Amino acid sequence: MKDFEFKPFEEMTPEDYATVGFKSGLEVHQQLLTEKKLFCHCPAGQYSDVYHAEILRHMRPTLSELGEYDGTALMEFKTKKDIIYRINRKNVCTYEMDDTPPFLINEQALDIAIEIGMMMDANIVDEMHIARKQYLDGSIPTGFQRTAIVSVGGSLPYKDRTINLIQMSIEEDSCREVSDIGHRRVYLADRLGMPLVETVTAPEMKTPVEVAEVCEIVRRVCRSTSHVRTGMGAGREDVNVSVDGGTRIEIKGVPKIKSIPLLTYNEAMRQWNLLKLREELKNRGITPETFEAKIDDVTRFVNKTHYKPVFDAIAEGKVVKCVTLKGFKDLLKWQTQTDTYFSREISDRVRVIACLTTQPNIIHSDSHEVTLSTSEGQKIRKFVGANTEDTLVIVWGSEMDATTAANEIVIRAKEATVGIPSETRQALWDGTNGFERILPGANRMYPDTDLPPKKITEERLARLTAALPEKYWIRENWYKELNVPVDLIKDLSTSIFGNIFKIAVSEMGISPKLASTVLIQFPKRLKKMRLNVDILTEDIFHNIFSAYKNNKLSKDGILYLLVRICKSGEYKEDYLSPLATEQDLKNKVKEKIFRFENKKLYNDDNKKVLMIGMVMRDLRGRINGKQVAEYINNNIN
Amino acid sequence: MSTNESYKGYKGAALDTLKQFEALVWSDVVISTEKAEFTGIILPRSEAADPNHVVIKLRTGYNIGIEASKISNINIEGRKEAHYKIPEKAFPVDPKKPRVKLFGTGGTIASRLDYRTGAVIPAFSPGELYGSVPELADFCNLETEKLYGVFSENMGTEQWAGTANAIGAEIERGVKGIVIGHGTDTMHHTAAILSFMVQNSPVPIVMVGSQRSSDRPSSDAALNLMHSVKAAAESDIAEVTVCMFGPTSDSYGLLHQGTRVRKMHSSYRSTFRTIGDFPIAMVDRTKITPLRDDYRKRRTDKNVIINTAFEEKVAIVYYYPNMQPDIIDSLIDNGYKGIVIAGTGLGHVNKPLYPALKRAHEKGIHVYMTVQTLWGYVQMYVYDTGRDMMELGVIPSANMLPEVAYMKLCWALGQSNDPEIVRNIMLTPIANETTEREPSNGYLILQGGIPEVEEFISKYRK
Ligand SMILES: [Zn+2]
Repeated sequence: MKDFEFKPFEEMTPEDYATVGFKSGLEVHQQLLTEKKLFCHCPAGQYSDVYHAEILRHMRPTLSELGEYDGTALMEFKTKKDIIYRINRKNVCTYEMDDTPPFLINEQALDIAIEIGMMMDANIVDEMHIARKQYLDGSIPTGFQRTAIVSVGGSLPYKDRTINLIQMSIEEDSCREVSDIGHRRVYLADRLGMPLVETVTAPEMKTPVEVAEVCEIVRRVCRSTSHVRTGMGAGREDVNVSVDGGTRIEIKGVPKIKSIPLLTYNEAMRQWNLLKLREELKNRGITPETFEAKIDDVTRFVNKTHYKPVFDAIAEGKVVKCVTLKGFKDLLKWQTQTDTYFSREISDRVRVIACLTTQPNIIHSDSHEVTLSTSEGQKIRKFVGANTEDTLVIVWGSEMDATTAANEIVIRAKEATVGIPSETRQALWDGTNGFERILPGANRMYPDTDLPPKKITEERLARLTAALPEKYWIRENWYKELNVPVDLIKDLSTSIFGNIFKIAVSEMGISPKLASTVLIQFPKRLKKMRLNVDILTEDIFHNIFSAYKNNKLSKDGILYLLVRICKSGEYKEDYLSPLATEQDLKNKVKEKIFRFENKKLYNDDNKKVLMIGMVMRDLRGRINGKQVAEYINNNIN
Repeated sequence: MSTNESYKGYKGAALDTLKQFEALVWSDVVISTEKAEFTGIILPRSEAADPNHVVIKLRTGYNIGIEASKISNINIEGRKEAHYKIPEKAFPVDPKKPRVKLFGTGGTIASRLDYRTGAVIPAFSPGELYGSVPELADFCNLETEKLYGVFSENMGTEQWAGTANAIGAEIERGVKGIVIGHGTDTMHHTAAILSFMVQNSPVPIVMVGSQRSSDRPSSDAALNLMHSVKAAAESDIAEVTVCMFGPTSDSYGLLHQGTRVRKMHSSYRSTFRTIGDFPIAMVDRTKITPLRDDYRKRRTDKNVIINTAFEEKVAIVYYYPNMQPDIIDSLIDNGYKGIVIAGTGLGHVNKPLYPALKRAHEKGIHVYMTVQTLWGYVQMYVYDTGRDMMELGVIPSANMLPEVAYMKLCWALGQSNDPEIVRNIMLTPIANETTEREPSNGYLILQGGIPEVEEFISKYRK
């Protein structure tokens, strides 16, 4: 193993990442903008914490298609959780609760998925087979997610290279977790069944920053169809990370792209440090073959302890187990991630597998924290026959949970002699990650017997190809050539109004600057005024641009007109007041001069400015400010 | 291996392509098309699917279909056949636990997937069951016997009589409880006929199935099995019952009387409901809670009566307005011996049917009236139409459910063709198929949306 120590995040260079063999791939989830869910007719995107009923389920592992129980499946079964679903009758029907078979796939969702596949130059499959991907954590009441490959392959341009894609699938979204305490996990079912696509990239990103940048590209490709959802939770990603000699680890449910770099850095560090831990164990002569551990019940030695968590547990009739890890002295404080140590790996497992969710859930002899008294520690050490080279881990809970926990501690400690266990891990707020569950294999995929295969016809592909927007990077380059204001280029390149922009500029002769300002900046301003900009369509903008072109609308009048449209909810021809003539302007100025005649201004220089403002207010939308200013400056003294 | 097996399910263009490259099912391959390469295992194809696509399982575990005409090459790199096997473990024997017999008739209580059809195939033995539901050993020493392997819609006379005889033989051997695995669609038909064919049983006879096959993690199969085995092993309810989910939650099961139970939802877990009465008991993994006390109690003798008489020429006629009399005529002309009518309201049909009913009566056909409202009694004295019909020989069957009346009439006509004897059998309750009174909570269909019902639903898990 290379002699390399992870530096602080800011000091890591691309060369450092090359040294450890950093490799990362992404699974980018993107919710699709559909009216209804994927396999039932419930409305999509109606979130609410209000629920009308609860349903209780347990998940049991089943046999996979190829004949064996899956690793995760067994783990989840060990945890014996009560899964509670909170259901709101407005957004959940009997399908999501697995009491009604699926309806046929949402065609609108499938269209959008194919569209995204096309945008990524992927091969759309000829015949789609809906699969069941098992999830025994309860996040889906059926115990599986209905999912199907829509496209295979494809690529995205990135810097001076391309990032290859493995596949893209369409699938149902899962429940939102409310809480997970002890043996009870609670979910809200509103999000369940909403359509999303998952784009899987090849593991071709070589630094944490690259991972975030590529994620942004995938996200923008999806957005550029303007058929995907935006906002909190509409896009989430799983990030796979490995280092040389490490294991592919999946960090699940990363909500923000900007948290990716630190997360992937910490995961790479964790793997690297676990590999070093294995080396240290090997140096101490501890291998999978020689590994030794034992479990003892030590309740009676601590039943008078002053350490509150254990005292309280015993008071509740719980038991205390001690795991002796032979020769592990000090290894539980082996650093794994930033401010995180090997003891966390063990504590996480205890939390998830044995459902001991109250922290702290373990204490150990490598820690200097004050927990059990020295004499209690000595009594235990003597009873279990441990020497000073051994580490003792103490765990407490009901007989069943404490036993599961003690066994799991042994399992996790032994895994340290092998390397990095295959796991999915959850992103934490501080940029580190914690154990979520054992990484499921391909074995958890079953064919869905409820739905037939679906052929994707040539006609469908032709129809979607014809309506496909241009790729955003091609659009970006063109906008740059046109000198579209720099701050508008990014938004315009994924905007729904790309097409009308093209028409306005190429066919109607509108300046790119004006067109982009009207299409991108104005709606943002209207939104800030709390106006409903969703009603603005290509047609409305077409009307506006042609009115402008035909001198029925001044440049300054456009925003004012948009306000009226948003307020009334529709575009009307008579919102266009005729442009002011030279005579209108003259009359208006005369009228204003009259108003100034009997007033004394503190500063006479302001008179012209005030007048321009007053005239503009009256002639809003009918004349350009520049023309008013020129007239007043030239004709008034 | 025959061509059929080597290219399982393939036909037409897809079959030709596979043959061209000698790519058998289960081959580990790289398939090339003009645009892409796909690496995976060739899977058998569903026989109902079109002849134009080759299905492969990609390395990621997903399946896709590739249009055969686009395939330019298939490179075979190996072979990986699925060996689908439920882990089998010997069912432990504890001399202190009661002996329970589980009969299999088909259905999805324990099952696996079939690739070709995508169908769920039943699979079961004590070892397999113990491998997938080890909790069963907490309740009993389980023995299993596969009587039939048919889907529930294919259950018929032979299977019913065979099951009844098998039950009789097991009781003779001293078994302490019997569980019958059955598809759910016609479970209530079988429960009804077994209630007549097997009388005076000293032990519980519990029918069970699953609404979600055991190939899915959310299946109700394991819990239903546990509930039914517990009821058979430990309860004192020596009746033919159906044991299925009470609520849709994984919570408790209900033991429904075999003659009063009906499947009421096409897919819900809690689809079985007791009609016109309430269930005999609730059962969960730790306890059995009787809801009634008028059931037959468990005994130690072996005095069971098995009577498998059955007449097949019986029909149910579900009446609808504007029904033409030729429906009845065709039954008469086809030699039917019994007709159960599911009439409207209190048990009515329209006047144009009367001549046909009269003819049926004259031909010696036994006609019984039930109600398609399911809940409630036939009452043919209230209106003239009812009295008219009785004069035509139509016999009201109280609150017997239409399917139950059908089963009972088949069974009665298997014993006699004499109108008096048949009538006597039909109207003398054997297993609560007719009851003297309907309890005030015998009819309960909560109406969703109403405040008090919503309040109830929000407090108790559905
Ligand atoms: Zn729904």
